[in-house]
Amino acid sequence: MTFLEVLGTVLLIALKSFVLLAALLVFIAYALLADRKIWAAVQLRRGPNVVGPWGLFQSFADLLKFVLKEPVIPAGANKAIYLLAPLVFAMLALASWAVIPLADGWAIADLNVGIVYIFAISSLGVYGVIMGGWASNSKYAFLGALRSAAQMISYEVSLGFVIICVLLCAGSLNLSRIVMAQDTALGLFGWYWLWLFPMFGVFFVSALAETNRPPFDLPEAESELVAGYMVEYSSTPYLLFMLGEYVAIMTMCALGTVLFLGGWLSPIPFAPFTWVPGVIWFALKASFLFFMIAMVKAMVPRYRYDQLMRLGWKVFLPLSLISVIVVAFVLKLTGLAPGA
Amino acid sequence: MSEHNIRNFSINFGPQHPAAHGVLRLVLELDGEVVERVDPHIGLLHRGTEKLIEHKTYLQATPYFDRLDYVSPMNQEHAFCLAIEKLAGIEVPRRAKLIRTLFCEIGRLLSHLLNVTTQAMDVGALTPPLWGFEEREKLMIFYERASGARLHANYFRPGGVHQDLPPALIDDIEAFCDPFLQVVDDLDNLVMANRIFKQRNVDIGIVSQDEAMEWGFSGVMVRGSGIPWDLRKSQPYEAYEEMDFDIPVGKNGDTYDRQVIRMEEMRESVKIMKQCCAKLREPAGQGPIASTDGKFAPPPRREMKRSMEALIHHFKLYTEGFHVPAGEVYAAVEAPKGEFGVYLVSDGTNKPYRCKIRAPGFAHLQAMDWMCRGHLLADVSCVLGTLDIVFGEVDR
Repeated sequence: MTFLEVLGTVLLIALKSFVLLAALLVFIAYALLADRKIWAAVQLRRGPNVVGPWGLFQSFADLLKFVLKEPVIPAGANKAIYLLAPLVFAMLALASWAVIPLADGWAIADLNVGIVYIFAISSLGVYGVIMGGWASNSKYAFLGALRSAAQMISYEVSLGFVIICVLLCAGSLNLSRIVMAQDTALGLFGWYWLWLFPMFGVFFVSALAETNRPPFDLPEAESELVAGYMVEYSSTPYLLFMLGEYVAIMTMCALGTVLFLGGWLSPIPFAPFTWVPGVIWFALKASFLFFMIAMVKAMVPRYRYDQLMRLGWKVFLPLSLISVIVVAFVLKLTGLAPGA
Repeated sequence: MSEHNIRNFSINFGPQHPAAHGVLRLVLELDGEVVERVDPHIGLLHRGTEKLIEHKTYLQATPYFDRLDYVSPMNQEHAFCLAIEKLAGIEVPRRAKLIRTLFCEIGRLLSHLLNVTTQAMDVGALTPPLWGFEEREKLMIFYERASGARLHANYFRPGGVHQDLPPALIDDIEAFCDPFLQVVDDLDNLVMANRIFKQRNVDIGIVSQDEAMEWGFSGVMVRGSGIPWDLRKSQPYEAYEEMDFDIPVGKNGDTYDRQVIRMEEMRESVKIMKQCCAKLREPAGQGPIASTDGKFAPPPRREMKRSMEALIHHFKLYTEGFHVPAGEVYAAVEAPKGEFGVYLVSDGTNKPYRCKIRAPGFAHLQAMDWMCRGHLLADVSCVLGTLDIVFGEVDR
């Protein structure tokens, strides 16, 4: 390979990443607005409606506000780690988007172990939280960090088993292949949400816990820890935490779309629906999952720490373990297992 | 490191904490997440109300009571007016009694609506308070239409109330009642029946009957433990004797029971409000709204234009104020938060010699320590919510 060829490949990847990030961040800006609007509607409020028509520019105004504010670093904080933590958190959250196939072949890196990659990256995200909570030199932040570490680890276990169920059915760790495995003549009834329905529920709830959304928002519980690990943050570092959190939520929505809702596939498997570009179906499905997550936030109270652990280890873990066994048996006995 | 070198983790809960219900500072000693000791530090909202009252005439002192429990202002005024009336032997006309009863129950709704919905907020659901505030807004407007002020009403006066209700207001209050019951049902379904809400509240902050007595609890805090004690029934004042209502009591004495009682009490309050509205329209419910002898309540304005005596009464009342015979008296009302009492000592002048306020929240707050001990950090805000603390009355 010549120098120019390598340079060209690198530039192409950089360009692709840039386009994906730009599109993703704009999408998230509006997802954030939608989150606030949905929340407001449930609370009989209007939500942000001043900046731009229907408040459409609210997220950008917030971005400006955060960037222009003075970053306050508390006395006694470990400065380097304190500033590194939000960077780590946001970067890791964004990194998982490298393998997500937005449409057929639209993944920056079509890894053969895509799902393992996402899992690894999202597990690393907890480091950002722990670093931030510890480096703040605040007791509230410290408690928040401890809680979030315990919580993320607990729910990753059951999330892992849920994913294994899907892998057994699809026979591949590659995200694009998982989507293609759901491409049947049944349309939306051929996707895994129906065939693995209890697992779809477990996945949804675990995703809430994984991203610290209510009712599992213990690390930042307002009525106990004020803002948890973020309590000392302000300005851009705070923005990065918030951004990372919403990117992680979108990642979970995208992952749910890929694993259970047939990725970029059309729900109705014939023309004219198949003419719609896959990326639009993908965005619609991810938005639907996001809407569900936003509605949950608007309605539920918060679990207590011990109840959260009980739910994770005593309910979800056995349930998902049993499901793995059942799915494996059914696939083996019926001869439906891929590659069998 | 030896065992006793390990220090508990102590954190400061408040005074700038979103769940501290005002300006409470709790110093918590934690073993992990388990609460070992709670040390409430109060006094951050101390305004010297009791001392200030000693330097004001009786009429000037009434507005201070609005500012104690600012969630249900008129119930506090009521205790003070009752104390003065008891000491001075003032006869309150029937219509005034009915109006007072009506607005006391509106105050109960105001307080319970806030408490029940913010309890949901204390356990993490941020939405119910906004639903509650919508109803509170309507009730505040009733306050405004009766007295001219949404919050600090200064409407109950010694001898009666300040002014009569417009007939349309009585109709509107009655029209409010039934749709409000629907809202209470909705709250029941959305909040009280929620599984997570139950998990967070059942068996938290259990108070036994003996403990409730020992710590001087009153109101919902004793009724939650199964003691049917309510001043409205046990020593009826105003028009409560003729009202038909029930006293809900709890079984387990936990946080959830107390919230259920508050929901039930709202329904009972609506029942009383409806009866008040009906009685206010009857011929027997007509008449003056304040004592008519001119010695304690000002004469009607049109009389002042014609009668020299009325003019003198008015002048005397608003300059020197009225004199209360020497003596001491304790008057208590069943405020939404518990027994709110006023111990009044008069030396026969136009100002109280001493006015001791017995705020229910103060007695309840001292239980924070043993109620929270052994619970988790998250339960602290839950217990704090169930005590129904308002710092206006705790710190005074």
